[in-house]
Amino acid sequence: MWATTFLLAVREIRRHLLRSFLTILGIVIGVWAVVTMVTLGNGATAAVKEQISSLGANVLQVRPGQGFGRGGGGPQPPDFKIEDLDAIRTQIVGVTAVAPLVQSTGTAVFNAANWSTTINGTNREYFIAQPWTFTGGRSFNAAEEQAGKAVCIIGNTVINRLFRGTDAVGKRFRIKNISCEIIGTLAPKGQGGFGNDQDDIVLMPYKAVQRRMTGNRDVRTIMVSVDANFDSQQVQSALRDLLRERRHLNSDADDDFNIFDTKQISDTLSGTTQILTSLLGAVAAVSLLVGGIGIMNIMLVSVTERTREIGIRLAIGAVAREVLLQFLVEAVTLACLGGLLGLLLALISTVILAPVLQVPFIFDPKINLIAFVFSALIGVVFGYFPARRAASLNPIEALRHE
Amino acid sequence: MPSDIAIGDTLISLRGITKVFGEGATAFAALKGVDIDIQRGDFVAVMGPSGSGKSTTMNILGCLDVPTEGQFLFRGHHVENLERDQRALLRRRYLGFVFQGFNLLARTTALENVELPLVYRGEEKAARRAAAMAALDKVGLADWWDHTPAELSGGQQQRVAIARAIVTSPDVLLADEPTGNLDTERSIEIMELLTDLNRNAGITVLMVTHESEMAAFAHTIIHFRDGLVEKITENAKRPEVKA
Repeated sequence: MWATTFLLAVREIRRHLLRSFLTILGIVIGVWAVVTMVTLGNGATAAVKEQISSLGANVLQVRPGQGFGRGGGGPQPPDFKIEDLDAIRTQIVGVTAVAPLVQSTGTAVFNAANWSTTINGTNREYFIAQPWTFTGGRSFNAAEEQAGKAVCIIGNTVINRLFRGTDAVGKRFRIKNISCEIIGTLAPKGQGGFGNDQDDIVLMPYKAVQRRMTGNRDVRTIMVSVDANFDSQQVQSALRDLLRERRHLNSDADDDFNIFDTKQISDTLSGTTQILTSLLGAVAAVSLLVGGIGIMNIMLVSVTERTREIGIRLAIGAVAREVLLQFLVEAVTLACLGGLLGLLLALISTVILAPVLQVPFIFDPKINLIAFVFSALIGVVFGYFPARRAASLNPIEALRHE
Repeated sequence: MPSDIAIGDTLISLRGITKVFGEGATAFAALKGVDIDIQRGDFVAVMGPSGSGKSTTMNILGCLDVPTEGQFLFRGHHVENLERDQRALLRRRYLGFVFQGFNLLARTTALENVELPLVYRGEEKAARRAAAMAALDKVGLADWWDHTPAELSGGQQQRVAIARAIVTSPDVLLADEPTGNLDTERSIEIMELLTDLNRNAGITVLMVTHESEMAAFAHTIIHFRDGLVEKITENAKRPEVKA
């Protein structure tokens, strides 16, 4: 019975290829739009997450000043001291690494090549907080850190500029007129979330940078890596309380430092792109609905146009349910064909568009399945009314229909 | 060629059939108490002027419509009160229809048209094909199986329609003005075909016509007038039909 009905429906669709195609066009475009939007949106979300996570997963960055900058007028809030780091390490639970960041810029020179780069003074724990991979050499050891020895770990951009692909480990180069031994090289990370080149970097023990470059004992940024088993919010608030106390802030004074939670930023940004994705998907879903109405429209016209055919079928012994099913199956088959065609187009266009928009192509089986099931459902819902009308025709009148 | 037709037991029996269309002041009685008995194997022509009730009677006999009152016995069973779908199943099982306007499915080959009743019977594809080809062969159109109605002449279309009506080996073939849209020569061919099916396939034929040349092929002629049976005559001198 089902096979028969399906056969009749397919015959009817084949008989009216152009009309069938026009009927499903709305569904095709609707499914295409929904799946393309959501797939690209998911790609964008993934790209944002990926860029944020290159800042280090679950890392709190602490800087003096309110907000991202140091603030405008008034006295500048002081930088941190290395003692603050020791206090964090000893007094706050759930911290796996505390790394200082003492920044400077300067020109690196090796033979005839020179390159202006960023110098970060830090410690070994920095490599716990930040996802770096060594391509050669090693991290600082305790003695080098303690003594503030002039040893460097260099990023990929610096390697390319100064050493042009040759092995840099063990060589010495000059940076800001200090002779520095290269003890490690880093794998490239690529562009950061804010468009900066993360690989354009030279890492040195913070004492070396303080003594020989900045000339003071200040620490501009503290990176605190939070143990994944601890709530980063709790750690953050403990950190805040500790720093307020150490910076002698009255209870009514604002913080004169800020804590930048990469996880929070990541969640916020990916949340935003997800909302945008849902919105785009919802707009596209409206076109899917319009596509459904298109199917109903054509099926209703088709019922009127095929009144005599329905009369013939009823006369030769089709029961009402068979006529209903024929039209319903026809509508659902059409809708499913439309859905499949839409999925195909969406697949092609996302594969093409993803690299153009610089987002990764992520095939999402869920949205494909949902879109397909939804288009079939639209076939059922919007096909039922015309099918119902066809099935309720009086055979005598239907046969007389011109 | 047997000139005598073997007519058996009563296949159809109508008693006091009335049919009223509309209600109240606009009510119109199309049938006012019709009694008819049709024997198995008979070839019946129903004649009468327009509005005499012959089409209404055919619709009731074809189980397309129900009488307002009266009894309708088909194969000894009461069928006057059957539901819509039960009547559909009865049509599917026992009846075949031929219409004045041929009523073939457009853009559908002759074979697929003839197959259609078997599709609703749920027959297997191979069996369906074989039976449909056999029916087309019987009406002399086996070579035209892959032609659509638009590619066939009127006479050929009506032959396809007859093939569709007999493909299920029905008890009764109901033909409503089957020659109404055809010229005399084609009409006679169709009548010869119906006579052949009546005599050699044992199918009871009920035919509405207003042309007495066509009614002359029938064995029994029922005359209608004003919603009543005016007279029933037996046709003694039926024309010889070549096999």
